[in-house]
Amino acid sequence: MPVVCLCFEVHQPRRLRRYAIFDVDRVHDYEDREANLEILNRVADRCYLPANRILSGLVRRHAGRFSIAFSISGTLLDQLGNHRSDVLDSFQELARTGAVEFLCETDCHSLAFLFSRKEFRRQVNSHKKRIQALFGQTPRTFRNTELIYNNDLARTAEKMNFRTVLAEGADRLLAGRSCNAPYRPPGCGRLKLLLRNYRFSDDIAFRFNDREWPEHPLTAAKFAGRLHRVDAAEAVISLYMDYETFGEHHPRETGIFEFLEALPGEILKHPDFCFQTPSQAAAGFEPVAALDAPDFVSWADEDRGLTAWLGNAMQNDAIRTLYKMEPQVARRNDPELQDAWRMLQVSDHFYYMCTKWLADGDVHQHFNPYPSPYDAYINYMNILDDFSRQLSRKTGAGKG
Amino acid sequence: MRILMFGWEFPPFMSGGLGTACFGMTRALAALGHEITFVLPRAGETAEPTHVRLVPASGTAAPEPGREEPFVFRGLSIRSVDSVLRPYLSGSRYPSLLSGSPGSRFMAISGDYGADLISEVIRYGRVAGVLAKEHPCDVIHAHDWMTVFAGIEAARISGRPLILHIHALEFDRSGENVNQDIYDIERYGLEAADRVIAVSHYTKNVMIERYGISPEKITVVHNAVARREAGGVYHVEKDPRRKTVLFLGRITFQKGPDYFVEAAARVLREMPDATFVMAGAGDMMTQMVERVAALGIGIRFHFTGFLRGEDVERAFALSDLYVMPSVSEPFGISPLEAMLYDVPVIISRQSGVSEVLRHALKVDFWNVEELAGKIMAVLKYPPLAAELVEKSREALRHIRWEYAAEKILGVYETCLNRKET
Repeated sequence: MPVVCLCFEVHQPRRLRRYAIFDVDRVHDYEDREANLEILNRVADRCYLPANRILSGLVRRHAGRFSIAFSISGTLLDQLGNHRSDVLDSFQELARTGAVEFLCETDCHSLAFLFSRKEFRRQVNSHKKRIQALFGQTPRTFRNTELIYNNDLARTAEKMNFRTVLAEGADRLLAGRSCNAPYRPPGCGRLKLLLRNYRFSDDIAFRFNDREWPEHPLTAAKFAGRLHRVDAAEAVISLYMDYETFGEHHPRETGIFEFLEALPGEILKHPDFCFQTPSQAAAGFEPVAALDAPDFVSWADEDRGLTAWLGNAMQNDAIRTLYKMEPQVARRNDPELQDAWRMLQVSDHFYYMCTKWLADGDVHQHFNPYPSPYDAYINYMNILDDFSRQLSRKTGAGKG
Repeated sequence: MRILMFGWEFPPFMSGGLGTACFGMTRALAALGHEITFVLPRAGETAEPTHVRLVPASGTAAPEPGREEPFVFRGLSIRSVDSVLRPYLSGSRYPSLLSGSPGSRFMAISGDYGADLISEVIRYGRVAGVLAKEHPCDVIHAHDWMTVFAGIEAARISGRPLILHIHALEFDRSGENVNQDIYDIERYGLEAADRVIAVSHYTKNVMIERYGISPEKITVVHNAVARREAGGVYHVEKDPRRKTVLFLGRITFQKGPDYFVEAAARVLREMPDATFVMAGAGDMMTQMVERVAALGIGIRFHFTGFLRGEDVERAFALSDLYVMPSVSEPFGISPLEAMLYDVPVIISRQSGVSEVLRHALKVDFWNVEELAGKIMAVLKYPPLAAELVEKSREALRHIRWEYAAEKILGVYETCLNRKET
């Protein structure tokens, strides 16, 4: 029985304010609260609320045959908790249907796995606690920030008691094998690996409104038909995309909501098909093979590696400088500094500094608050300068 | 194709970007097999380059007085150099002009920029028809307002199409205090030309909005920069502790030197070891020196005066950052030259070159705070400078005179086809 896993990444960063070098030592508030609230409200009204409403209806209509998964970053949960409890309520309402799995990730949508395992575990555990508290379920499926994945990540996830992990179905990982099947990461016992089918996912996420694309306009029936043609022996098709695809990346006028509303019904017209959460799908199928991932893969850009965040000298400088401060932040044990440090870890800051313009640059522009990657880096480093001074000042004051 | 070009600058006889641009584009056109005769006000000091035939306008015999209508434009008229109408002549600055014997038919033209420029421009225009007869051509290509009369006269005599190439307009040079005569000459030329080439969309828009020229008539051809010759790199050891920030250009309103000085003062408050260099000369120079003194930053702010040749290369090579805070810059080749020396650049958003440089730091020229912040960022964060340099190298591979030359040829062909049909 072929299974469809429909997963959504739900995340909004905490964007940083315009911070001039002359603000160093003078201004210690780094967040652009106004912009963040404005974008939060926009996305809540254009995407989260209407899409949640539709999904809620779909769960009722296709009772037992339709389920979904969300990975909601802690960074967004904080913002919703502070400003949009109505949106949080609607996610909780979905949680109560029992048809929704909440995935675990790094709380502040960070790249901590690459730079500090200790910090990584702390963030994963704090996200897990949040999911338990807000949605009443203990997450069993892990997905790292932007699907950054390798063998080591799988082993770490298994040690942290996860049963399923998600990764990008990158061609270089699969080397000709199908992405529509569960795999076993080498060195892992019971952990199962589900792979995102990027072709199907990106048909919706990127190409839905592309008039140059031969499949345009993409109807739910057409899309379901393509899914139905997948070899039934290949069991699990993972569709994974930004939740903002609905109503934000593709505005309402494109018909994206009608598409979402009609899609499950069209897929379920085939009696063998059903929707499952990643945990259900992983439990129901044995891995077809081991899948070796010695190098990192992610879901970003054409190269599906780390270059979207760590592709140039500025990005590397910024993030290494940030993580070098970890011992100092820990020593201070000051909630405000801790919060600022986490806010500075949000992966989006490094994404804004990406200079690979040609093929992928346009995607980097979405929600990008900076006119250029250089401006992003300058702003970030100015803030980091102040933050490091704050750290040493408070350390000094503590000693005195 | 035979191209008759009228210009005012050509290396080594030049004072700015106009000569550099003319050199770069003619070399690329010549490399594509085209034959260029380049008319200058007077001959250069050194041997002529091989890729164009350089022809001095000065010393050419003007048409016999009386045989043709006297040259009249908006009340400015002149028959020959010894005409009584010499309102702009300043004997002390233009001795070469006076050296011609009274009554001579041979035009004396200095090619300098000065108070007498308009009458020089008229004299230059007077001999253009003669030169057009001597040098048969397929198209006439004139650069900037100084050559408008020459281009029109050559086109009238030869019947060939006129392409007017605009590198700078009076609004760029003088802001709102335009010299009405020059504006009128520009407008006259833009209207009379068969096609107009603009060095940027920025300049094209000024022509549309301020001169009422139809957008369809204007083609944008961005300037480029000539490759550095192999082995010709000027190499110096930089002191990593002493960071140098360079301004290089005419010290005039158009180039925004005052914003550079104010930003320098702002930076020096935070980074007292930085060094600022203002290379060039111009009518705002003394004002700038006084301002630097008043700000008390003279110890870290240096003026070099006008630089030529190797000194320009040396200035670029010694710098850690090049800043072009122009108020109005139709194009601005010098940031590209800085990039050839692996020097990161900050350019004003109000510049044509910013249209072709995605990977450059950009500021609004009036925003001294932003400019100062970005200068400090480049000096303070080495990975930023490294990334800018790396991306600049990539960008320079696509900013080539060969591409510009092909676009220019496209403009020529449009004119020729139209003339024939």
